[in-house]
Amino acid sequence: MTLKTIVKGKVTGKVLKSSQPINFLGSVDKKTGAITDQKHALFGKKIAGSILVFPNGIGSSVGAYTIYSLKSNNSAPAAMACQKADLTVASGCALANIPLFILSPDEYDSMKDGDEISLG
Amino acid sequence: MELTKDEEKSLNGEHGEAMQTAYRILSATGEATDAEKLVPIHWAHVSGVNYNTIGDAGEEFLATISKDAKFRVRTTVNPMGYDKDSVEKFGLDENFIQKQESIRESYKKMGVTPSFSCIPYEIYDMPQEGTQVAFAETNAAIYANSVGKLKTNKESAFSALASAITGKSPYSDLRKDDSPTMSIAMKVSDPNELTFGLLGYFAGKVADKSVAISGVKNLDKRCNKSLCASMGTSGTCGKFVLDDNSDASEKVDFDEKEMQKVYDELNTTESGDLITLGSPQLGLEEMTDLASMLKGRAFKKRCLIFCPRTIQEQARHMGYAGQLESAGCELMSDCCTCLTPLVTKKDVDSVTTNSIKGAYYLKNSNGLDVNLKPLSEIVRDETS
Repeated sequence: MTLKTIVKGKVTGKVLKSSQPINFLGSVDKKTGAITDQKHALFGKKIAGSILVFPNGIGSSVGAYTIYSLKSNNSAPAAMACQKADLTVASGCALANIPLFILSPDEYDSMKDGDEISLG
Repeated sequence: MELTKDEEKSLNGEHGEAMQTAYRILSATGEATDAEKLVPIHWAHVSGVNYNTIGDAGEEFLATISKDAKFRVRTTVNPMGYDKDSVEKFGLDENFIQKQESIRESYKKMGVTPSFSCIPYEIYDMPQEGTQVAFAETNAAIYANSVGKLKTNKESAFSALASAITGKSPYSDLRKDDSPTMSIAMKVSDPNELTFGLLGYFAGKVADKSVAISGVKNLDKRCNKSLCASMGTSGTCGKFVLDDNSDASEKVDFDEKEMQKVYDELNTTESGDLITLGSPQLGLEEMTDLASMLKGRAFKKRCLIFCPRTIQEQARHMGYAGQLESAGCELMSDCCTCLTPLVTKKDVDSVTTNSIKGAYYLKNSNGLDVNLKPLSEIVRDETS
């Protein structure tokens, strides 16, 4: 079960799952949506159009602008789903109108990379 | 989260679009952090000023919201992309300067105090302990909670902006419960500011909201700032306490081995083409200290020093700015090492710095190699 809906919306899409937290400012290209941090589990992948499943956001408070920019550049995920919410991801998704869900531990564990799922 | 009738009206757009946007952000962040209400805050520090980080979408958003938003509480801002006194030396294009000036103008229209600094805690008097503030810049939020004994969430650029516009912030996270759930034992002997930076990066990775650190008596300003900045880079942790007797349930050690791991993750070269000092920006104490370390010496390479404008002016009046410049330093204000558009692959391949936060973003955002060294070694190796 989805524990909480932070930003509402209905969405169907393919899961892109990250085992690591994401620093949006430091590791995501705001134009293309590619993960640029070579040490990140998703290095080289593009988050655009996916249902991005990751533990939580970390790092710079300006990451919220990165999320907003991704949306403006048509490179944003279709939705995000996290283990725990942080203020950077919550506020970025709120302003960009990207559906954001907090998942229960079971649901989080059961989501696999590449799964087709519906949320909301 | 419960809203008052008036807050509800704002969320429904009855007090204009800017107010509605601000309440939409606060509702989401309040919901995300299980806040039951909004509380008044007395000072907002907003990030998202540098065109290099917020881009066209950010610039347009600020231009739009500033048409009818006004800051309700004192609001200071983070560094922008350059120092207008030296911008022509760095070859930024016309578009960058035009967009950056538009961002500056938007903040001005909303009533900002034009600090352009990531160390508001060093250039303004701190309010009394326990005061509720909303600081976005991560090093400043952690410093405010840990050293200044203020209360702030580790705000985002948008949540702090929303707090500046409404004068309120969700009563959540660190405002409510800031007791550490983890204690880290500092086991590295003879630590310097780089050691504390590495400790902070480690702490940010392993700790959640608030962390206790044992084995450290007290920290000078340079070490405190280094710890706060690196902790903010690697995680979500928004506070530390120095406590040898913490009752936190989880305990971990930070020893030479752990330190080396973090160092190896961030240090990518043994020498830099250029030196940068200041992420966070340097305060007056650090400037005067550096001036005395550099007596009779001069840098053999280009060395950029980032500090707030008010600090540079004070240092100039007191003669320290001149001493630093004689030793080959270039003083830069209103901007910072972190996410700077001024140090790029066009000119250099690598940078030497003592800042973990600077290193992380110089590597990941600017694509440069980084050589990490404490200040004492930078002065020893890079001056003659």
